[in-house]
Formats: sequence, structure tokens, C-alpha cells
Amino acid sequence: MKIKNARDFWSGLMFLAFGVGFVVVARTYSMGTAVRMGPAYFPTVLGMVLAVLGAVILFKSFSGERAAVPPLALRPLFLVLLAILLFGLLLKPLGLVFSTFVLTIVGAYAGHEFRWREVLILAAVLAAFAVLVFNYALQLPFGVWPAALG
Amino acid sequence: MELFDNLALGFQVALSWQNLFYCLFGVLLGTLIGVLPGIGPIATIAMLLPVTFTLPPVSALIMLAGIYYGAQYGGSTTAILVNIPGEAASVVTTLDGYQMARRGRAGAALGIAAIGSFFAGCVATLLIALFAPPLADLALKFGPAEYFSLMVLGLVAATVLAHGSLIKAIAMVVLGLLLGLVGTDVNSGVSRFNFGIPELSDGIGFVTVAMGMFGIAEIVANLEHREKREVFTAKVGRLLPTRKDFKDASGAIVRGTLLGSALGILPGGGALLASFAAYTVEKKVARDASQFGKGDIRGVAGPESANNAGAQTSFIPLLTLGIPSNAVMALMIGAMMIQGIAPGPQVMTEKPDLFWGMIVSMWVGNLMLVVLNLPLIGMWIKLLTVPYRFLFPAILLFCCIGVYSINNSSFDVMLMTLFAVLGYVCVKLECEPAPLILGFILGPMMEENLRRAMLLSRGDPMTFLQKPISAGLLAMSVFLLIIVVAPAVRKKREEAFQE
Repeated sequence: MKIKNARDFWSGLMFLAFGVGFVVVARTYSMGTAVRMGPAYFPTVLGMVLAVLGAVILFKSFSGERAAVPPLALRPLFLVLLAILLFGLLLKPLGLVFSTFVLTIVGAYAGHEFRWREVLILAAVLAAFAVLVFNYALQLPFGVWPAALG
Repeated sequence: MELFDNLALGFQVALSWQNLFYCLFGVLLGTLIGVLPGIGPIATIAMLLPVTFTLPPVSALIMLAGIYYGAQYGGSTTAILVNIPGEAASVVTTLDGYQMARRGRAGAALGIAAIGSFFAGCVATLLIALFAPPLADLALKFGPAEYFSLMVLGLVAATVLAHGSLIKAIAMVVLGLLLGLVGTDVNSGVSRFNFGIPELSDGIGFVTVAMGMFGIAEIVANLEHREKREVFTAKVGRLLPTRKDFKDASGAIVRGTLLGSALGILPGGGALLASFAAYTVEKKVARDASQFGKGDIRGVAGPESANNAGAQTSFIPLLTLGIPSNAVMALMIGAMMIQGIAPGPQVMTEKPDLFWGMIVSMWVGNLMLVVLNLPLIGMWIKLLTVPYRFLFPAILLFCCIGVYSINNSSFDVMLMTLFAVLGYVCVKLECEPAPLILGFILGPMMEENLRRAMLLSRGDPMTFLQKPISAGLLAMSVFLLIIVVAPAVRKKREEAFQE
């Protein structure tokens, strides 16, 4: 058996894994009866349906048209995610201004062109905008500067 | 006539200075984010959601609604001038709109898009005013079985109308439903699928899911390619279409409006679907379809009218049934909850000023859009010359702040990265994320109604078939699935989505 449609193969596998995963975790909750459904009832049924759908997609990937999975752009993916994670981690301890700088610099690094001057100006503009709009105009409860200072 | 009394009440509310201001603010902001590619109404409304707490309920909803339909106007500008959709619903406008611009007819394309949208907006407003009250009456008779079947129909419609493989779309819906169940089970108090993480006990915020899967995943996908943008800034030409343009486009505008209004009501429908369907219809009914894709004005007029009509009528299920038909409507539910209003059929009778005020404000907002936007187009064009390398860090920041501000939670920001990965993988595997989002929104409601229905029927699943409304809704779902699976239609559907 050879995989013909790699897209279907991987998506089938993904759905199968999610389905089985939900069913397995749901086993720790009570099932109940059809009249009084427990917390496990609906997820177990849905998880089984998903696993079956995944299996069908998987099975079908061995026949039919050939289709490859297009290459993943790992560099932008990694850098964008890193930027978000850093923003999430730094927002509370360091405040809006610093975390905006970090997010902009790391995020911009994921792009095709990166010029320090441009990026720093952009970060400054965005930080000023964020503070003005979100902090002053919209009154969202952000710390603007690092918590230790202020 | 009750309708006129209602509309009079609506005008009274919508024309107050305060509400006019929020309406104007909403539609301008909506146009702005519609013009800018990569930031859509979901991110914007999410960011503004915490703020609406301080506003009176009517003003808050008027503003948020304005953002949604304003974005439909703005999206077309980008589609026509830059050949990239400023908003998801204007994807098809790029086909003919951009070609018109290349032929030096950008002005006419922009003009007809605005006029078509305005016409559609007027009709859709009227339709809501006419059909919402009887639907709400009907909805008052809905029990849990009917609600469950209605959601089944909505989900089936969402899969049938999704691109690509049907079975993958169904799987995405089911996955969405399952992800929606994460968090505390209301009936038993058991915290499900939280993996010991306390933040997950409240469930996954759907803004987190939507921003990750749409917003962030799209940024990554955009960064794969070097940008090549060509903005037609210099020669927009005269904005008013010629008499011949009007003659050509009037049929398309009417058809687009009707189709868009109908599809907007469907759960899972809304602006995006409406515009695709309208384009296909225009190509089918045209006597001479050879110009489509080369700058046919009907290819702009139809979809643009349809997406605006669909954006507005998608408020019908929300206002009458309390069911969100897409991610934006789910946010509107959030906005209503913040104000202490439970969405559902009782809103109309208990808060008529809110209901009718909002409907009339849509018409007022459309008027503002058509009057203001045509003169402001120069400003929007300027914005479009901002390169993507400046734009995407800003979008990234707005997504993060939007997600963070819902619960003041850094955890949600980090959780968003997981959904960004899922969204990106789904794009690569050709699984469409939209059905997943709808499933995610409806998951908890569906489980709740299923449980109640089964409890009432003492565990007899036949209850879904014995109640006439429920049986009718399920029959429609089955019918939809059958016609899609039937080979002849299947081929047509593939053709339709080829474009």
C-alpha cells in the first residue's frame, strides 16, 4: 500500500488522533444514560464519529489522485509564535510598552526584509498607539511600564 | 400598522445624537479594518468588546454591527485596487474588480460596489424588519428538540457550503464541537478535558480560537511569499458608473441582494458564502459570460451586493433565535451578555427599543457609508500603500491585545499559538477552518439542548422526529446532504469552487 494523497493521509491521521484522544480522556468522566447524559456521553459519541471520519479519510488516501503536502514555512511560523508567546509572558511583568517592542521586533524578523531603524520606529509608533488607544481612550487595564517600577 | 410603529421607534432611537455618533464611529472603523488586509471584524470587535461594557446597550450593539457591515464596504476597495481581499468576503471581488481597475475603470467598480451594497443594505434592513417578528414568534414555540435540530441544519449547511472535501468539512465540524466542550460541564460541574490546567475550566475562548486559526495562521501563510502589490492609486477615474454600467449591473445587484439575504439567514452563512454564491449565479445567468474574470461589472455588482445583504441578514438568527450563525455573531452574543441581555426571541418584546433601534441604525449606517466612503476613497487608497512588513506586526499586536483583553489573561494569548499551529496545518492539509469555528461556537449549546430534549422524552430519540418543526429541520439537513453527495451536483459544486 502506498500513500497517494499525502494531504488526506495526514488530515485523516490528525482527525483519528483527536477522536481517539477525546474518547480516551472522556472515559474518566461518568457516562450516564440516554435520559440523563453524563459529562462523558456527548464527547464520547462525537469522538467516535470523528475517529471513524478520520479513518475513512485515511483509508481513502491510499487511492485516487496524488497530492503532496505543500512545504511548511517553519521560519515565519516559529518566529511569529515566539513573538506571541513572549508578548503573553512579558505583558504582565514588563508592561505594554516593552512587550510591544519585543513583539514587533521578533515578529518583524519573520518577514522578508528586516531593517533595524524601520522596525524600531514601527515599534515605537505601535507602542504609542497602543498606550493611547487601549490604555487611555479605551481604559483597558494594562500596566504600561514594568510593574516593579510603578 | 405595527411595522411602522416599530420603525418609528427604531428611528427615534437610532437618530439620537449619541447613537448616530457610535454608528458613524462603527462604520468608519469597519471600513478602515475592511480596507486593511489581514485584520478583520473579528479581531476588531474582540478588542472593543471589553469597552462596550461602559456604553449603553443600544449604542454598543449599533457600533459593533456597524463594524461588521462597514468592513464589507471597505473590503471591496482593497479587492478592486490591490487584487487582495481586504476582508474574506471580498475574495471574489478581486476576480473582476481588479481587472476593471487594470482597464482604468477602478472608479466605476468602486462606485457600483458601493451603490450595490447600499441597495442590498436597504433591502436587507427591510427584510429583517418584516421577517424577524414572525420568526421570533415561531422561536418562542421552540423547545430543546427544535433547537438541536436547527443547529444540526446549520452545521450541515456549513459543511455543504465549505470548499473542498465534504468529509473533511464534516470532520472539522465535529472537531470544533469537541473543542467547544472543553471546560466545566454545566450539568455535572465536572471540568472536562482541562488537563489539569485551571484556566481551561472556563472553556477555550472562541476569540482565541478564531484569532489563532484565522488571524495568526494567515499572517504566517502570507509571509511565505514575498509580497507583490500593485496599487492603482493614480487612475481611479470617475466614481459614478455610466448609464450603461447601471443597466448591466442592475440585474446583478437585485439577484445578489436576494441571494445574499437568503444565505445570510442560514446558520453558517453570512457574507462570505453569499459573495461566492452570487458570483457563480451571475456567471450562470449571464447570456454572454465570456467577460467574467476579465472585468465584467456584474462580477463586482452581484457579490458586493450579496455580501452586504448577507452580513445584515445574518443578524436574523441572532436576534430571533439567539443562535450565532458565524464568528462575528458569536461575538455579538458576547456583547449582549456583557450588557446583561440574554439573546433570544424575548429580546424583541422585552427590549423593543434595542431591537428596532439596531435595525434602523443599519440602514442609517449604510447611508453614511455610501455618502462618506466615496469622497473618502482617496484616504483609504493612501492606507493601501503601506507595505505588509509594517502591517503584519501591527495586526499581530492587535490580535494579541484583542485576545488578552477578553479575560485579561496571558494564558489565552499563549493558547492562541496552539490554534495558530492547528490553523496553519489545516490550511496546508486543505481542511477549511470556518466549519470548525461554527462547530466550536455551537458545541456547548448543542449538548445542552440534546440533554434537555432527551430528558423530556425520557430517553427516546424519536422525539426529534415526532415534533413536526424538528422533523422538518432534520429532513432539510438530510436533503442538503443527499443533493451534495449526488454525483451530478457534486461535480457542479466542484466547478463552482474552482473559481
